[in-house]
Amino acid sequence: MTDSLVNASAVDKKLKGWNRPPIIEPDGEAELLEVAMGPHHPSTHGVFRMDVALDGERVVRLKPVFGYLHRNHEKIAEGNSYLASMPYTDRLDYICSLTNNWAYALAVEKLVGQAVPERAEYLRVILGELTRVQNHASAIGFLIQEMGASGTPLMYAFREREKILDLFESLTGSRMMCNYMRFGGCRVDASPAWLDAARKVVAGLPGFVDEFEALLRSNEILMARTQGVGILRPDLAINAGVTGPMLRASGVNYDIRKVDRYGIYDRFEFRVPLGDHGDVFDRFMIRLLEARESIKILEQALKEIPDGPVMDGKAKIRGFRPKAGEAYGRIEAPKGELGFYLISDGGPNPYRYRVRPPSLVNLTILEDMCLGQNVADVVLIFGSVDIVLGEVDR
Amino acid sequence: MLGEGILKGLAETAKNFAGSFVSAERLTTVEYPEQRIAPIEATRVFPFLVYDGPEWEAGLRCVACQICEKECPPKCIYIEKSKDKKPDAVGKQQFYPAKFDIDVSVCMSCQICVEVCPFEAIKMDTEFELSTDDRFGGLLHDRKQLAKSNEYYHHIHPTEAAEVDARLAEEKAKAEAKAKAAAAAPKPAVPAAKPAAKPVEGEA
Repeated sequence: MTDSLVNASAVDKKLKGWNRPPIIEPDGEAELLEVAMGPHHPSTHGVFRMDVALDGERVVRLKPVFGYLHRNHEKIAEGNSYLASMPYTDRLDYICSLTNNWAYALAVEKLVGQAVPERAEYLRVILGELTRVQNHASAIGFLIQEMGASGTPLMYAFREREKILDLFESLTGSRMMCNYMRFGGCRVDASPAWLDAARKVVAGLPGFVDEFEALLRSNEILMARTQGVGILRPDLAINAGVTGPMLRASGVNYDIRKVDRYGIYDRFEFRVPLGDHGDVFDRFMIRLLEARESIKILEQALKEIPDGPVMDGKAKIRGFRPKAGEAYGRIEAPKGELGFYLISDGGPNPYRYRVRPPSLVNLTILEDMCLGQNVADVVLIFGSVDIVLGEVDR
Repeated sequence: MLGEGILKGLAETAKNFAGSFVSAERLTTVEYPEQRIAPIEATRVFPFLVYDGPEWEAGLRCVACQICEKECPPKCIYIEKSKDKKPDAVGKQQFYPAKFDIDVSVCMSCQICVEVCPFEAIKMDTEFELSTDDRFGGLLHDRKQLAKSNEYYHHIHPTEAAEVDARLAEEKAKAEAKAKAAAAAPKPAVPAAKPAAKPVEGEA
């Protein structure tokens, strides 16, 4: 995989000197200081602990401790019917419940060979990309807040997110726990009024991204804090299984929307932005650029959406018993590759239900990014990974 | 020039600050308890039971079939089926829920009970100001608390309720036509027995 995506020797030459090993020269006078950051640290986006060993200000060791928010999601799903797990998937990454629904629906549809009507596919793309825009906006907002700009950029992001959440609520009934997609389509149809409202919101989004960019991109303080901080080498990123904006910020061209072309993504024209350095600034910029590409997809999808049913008439809601078999459905969630792996033994509930969460996998290389950095930058690097602990701990 | 980016950002903030005085669109918040934004029709919070007519107990559409109890993902519904039967809206003899409790501290507002209900008996409410100082009893709603009239349903979800009413009226008309046909038919004993047997099937 490494060879096909990046040329290893060229990368080595280009990245010479990156990720320097931490400079630890014990002088026999000072001892390492161990600090437990979290689990209730405001920067941890939930309950998460980083056991950090410090040499002065520099990080020598970092151990992430997960599991404070473990809710037994997978085991519960194995005891529940297939439909009953759908609302639980909302609670994985609670910022982007619709993409979670989509990934799970895709896995079950693969398991039973269920087709999805065209209009439902368009609605899924529209909702998925709206989710991506609001996730990236709030991820940047949180990142800047952790840098010390408390309030303003986050509130600007949330102001825009609110409009998107209102769209979600008027279609699905809920702002965050949407529970909207079903095996073989979507639960309710979007009215023409909803589509007009969505067009209006999407028309306002480029202005918001422009404003956000003017506010932040050329800010000298932001540059000084983020450039060259928390560098992730592309080969390490690939080996660790990192996906999503994190991987693309390191310069690896891998977007499941382009690789798998699941749903109807082959119909839309969009580009995959790539970073050059893999530092925190690149991850911030990648999210801004991806939001722009998402807006492009949204404009195309809202223009082309056809009429028709949103639910396959033959799809079953109750008494759903797939034949014995297994399936893995994955999508490009805003945070990376979100996959659901299901094994059916022919019963009404899955024999095995496994989630491949992007947040958890992206978090595993936290130590490699933080070594040798200042302790204040750990918060920043952690924020740039963009995780939601509901998904990390499940 | 060093600091140019910061100035540019500050100009953006100033534009937003000044803009909120000029344009109402830029003023995005309301002062909640006094001011409220218009409710969104599709909103769902917790389920309630619909009843027709003036009497809540007699008019409950629920026939205690217990499908919602089985399908509920967090298992927050508890139903006890009645021993006797009472006539429903169409006039069929049906069971009714002797007990119907929803623990709203467990309910996760997923709407699956609404989707699986074959009798249009359970719907989603929009009432969200339910805080109480009684953690256990106060959050366990019994069937009296859950029962709300069809008019209330029309008030909170007008479009959806109109669709439901049209569907129910169609079913009722069909049932009546069937009963009429059965009554009008001279005396072929076998088909006449069928409509009478129908209500029993519907309960399973």
